[in-house]
Amino acid sequence: MAKTVDISVHHVTRVEGHGNIRLRASDGKVEKVEWQVPEAPRFFEAMVRGRSFEDIQTIVSRICGICSVTHSLASIKGVEDAMGIKVSKQTDKLRILCHYGEQMESHILHVGYLVAPDLLGQKSVIPLVASHPDVVKTIIRLHRLGNTWMEIIGGRMTHPVTLKPGGFSMLPTEEKLRELKTMMENAVPDLKTLAEVLLSLADKLPDFDRETEYIALTGPDYYTFYHGDIASTDTDEIVPVQEFERVANEYVVPQSTAKWTKWHRDSYAVGALARFNVNADKLMPLAAEIATSFGLKKGACNPYLNNIAQVVECVQVIEHGLQLLDELLTAGIKPEPVKVEPKAGEGVGSVEAPRGILFHRYAFDDKGMCTRANICIPTGQNHANIQKDFEAFAPQIIDRPQEEITLLLEMLVRSYDPCISCSTHYLNVEFV
Amino acid sequence: MAKLKTAVFDFACCEGCQLQIYNMEEEILDLLSLVEPVVWREAMSDQSEDYDVAIIEGSITRREDEKRVKEIRAKAKILIALGACATIGGVNKIKNIFDMDDVKECVYGNDARRPHLNTYPTKSVGEVVKVDYNVHGCPINAEEFATIIRCLAMGKVPKIPEYSVCVECKMKENVCRFEYGEICLGPITRAGCGAKCPSNGTWCFGCRGLVDNPNVNAAKDVMDQYGKTIDDLNGKLVLFGNKQEQ
Repeated sequence: MAKTVDISVHHVTRVEGHGNIRLRASDGKVEKVEWQVPEAPRFFEAMVRGRSFEDIQTIVSRICGICSVTHSLASIKGVEDAMGIKVSKQTDKLRILCHYGEQMESHILHVGYLVAPDLLGQKSVIPLVASHPDVVKTIIRLHRLGNTWMEIIGGRMTHPVTLKPGGFSMLPTEEKLRELKTMMENAVPDLKTLAEVLLSLADKLPDFDRETEYIALTGPDYYTFYHGDIASTDTDEIVPVQEFERVANEYVVPQSTAKWTKWHRDSYAVGALARFNVNADKLMPLAAEIATSFGLKKGACNPYLNNIAQVVECVQVIEHGLQLLDELLTAGIKPEPVKVEPKAGEGVGSVEAPRGILFHRYAFDDKGMCTRANICIPTGQNHANIQKDFEAFAPQIIDRPQEEITLLLEMLVRSYDPCISCSTHYLNVEFV
Repeated sequence: MAKLKTAVFDFACCEGCQLQIYNMEEEILDLLSLVEPVVWREAMSDQSEDYDVAIIEGSITRREDEKRVKEIRAKAKILIALGACATIGGVNKIKNIFDMDDVKECVYGNDARRPHLNTYPTKSVGEVVKVDYNVHGCPINAEEFATIIRCLAMGKVPKIPEYSVCVECKMKENVCRFEYGEICLGPITRAGCGAKCPSNGTWCFGCRGLVDNPNVNAAKDVMDQYGKTIDDLNGKLVLFGNKQEQ
């Protein structure tokens, strides 16, 4: 059938930030398919120059409202690496726990508020309030848990206040941590319900596999979001986070102006599915069970399954979070005044944002003033991979109605849970 | 009562203030009995050109964005600036202490001269178009946002605090951050956050902007009393765009 398809989605909805999809095809042949990002660049690496090491977290937390704990922790680890600051076990555990709260909040926001409408045939979560009230209430409870979790440890839901180089400006009380523990225990049945609902809708996730290199932190004997070095599904080599530029290899493609990243292939993917593919054998029992119920196995390469991996991770952070809480409460929360003497140096902090591995590099002078920064964000690393998925998937679906093609491509972008405001490195793409 | 048709737009920001709207959870459902969202890209696929209230998140940093926000202003009966990036420029204004070419080269190197990377010194929304109401803070206080929306739906004028963060901080019985050797912007910053930062063991960085008629002399006395200089103060004022306002 001779058919011309011309798709132009200006500002894809239900994603964080601004992205465009362009597709042109005639006679069933895709002539051009592009993923574009017109987000206003914000120049954080330039803005932190001359600012004190104490203020870096306050500034870079504002790179992203949805991953503000992640950016805070990456910057703090970067400062600590540069100045040789060691933190206590209590600080370490509380940070990991706070970071888990953000994984929970962000994954539920994404799966529940942004993706679920696609699977239930709606254009936003609002009609679901009437059509699926119990599902919406479950999502709301889990979302609130993630927020309360971050607030108890970080002092605020978004843009945490207590996280500082060297430790905490204010520690959570044991009473609050016990409240958190009860809330987390109560969330397990809700997560099981959410998994069941998603399982009943899993056939709505498009069937599309493309062999992909997945990159994530690995190292400790648990499924990590905070510690570790860089691993890839394409190699056994583990790269220290201090050498992250060797992995990201930012490059410019001749036919476009977008800076992409690649390591062993033309692109790689980061995020929940990448972490699962690297660290699945370290999942806690219930998380592993949920993964199995979806048939999710190491080596999965359908990008839409990132949404399923996010649900598995919600269970994981509850299970491991409860273990950390028990350890903290058994030891008791001890006051630990934070005093950091600035010194010159350069350091890297890397943690897993909900949407993938994040790198921050900073250099400081002897007064602790920042002289240089480089921030490499997960959505930037997924950009090339979204494009490569488009190129592989579009020809497979080009005979379908234009509306359906558009929806499938939008869902593909959404499955990566892109966070385009984190676009410190994004270049705008102008073509077609 | 007809529902207010409401549109949410985002410019240069982290979208964390929109996130606070999601974070109201069930309370959103209450607000939906008063307003009808007709544009909200982060939450909905449907879009419309017909709205009464425009909520603008983010700063204006490019010519094309300035044009877009003027078009929105022309369509909206009421325009609300949402969050520090929109109300005072927020962290985006740190950029303004540098030369724009330097900023671009620092981040984009050899690609800095490409036209789509054009940026100009950050402006708050109020520096480009008339703003009817400001929802202050980084992030916003969701309760305050809900109050403002309710007032608008009922035809009332919302009251925003005109006193400093110190008032709220004292009510929380916090020890003054200056006692810890820190510089705190509480004495000159507009209240309404519940003194969130000092209550969590750290200084106020002024995300809600300066209070109307800040008592600069009293603030200077406090600085003198604790042996701090105006340079110390300026280093903190710059973080959320308050320095350029002075």
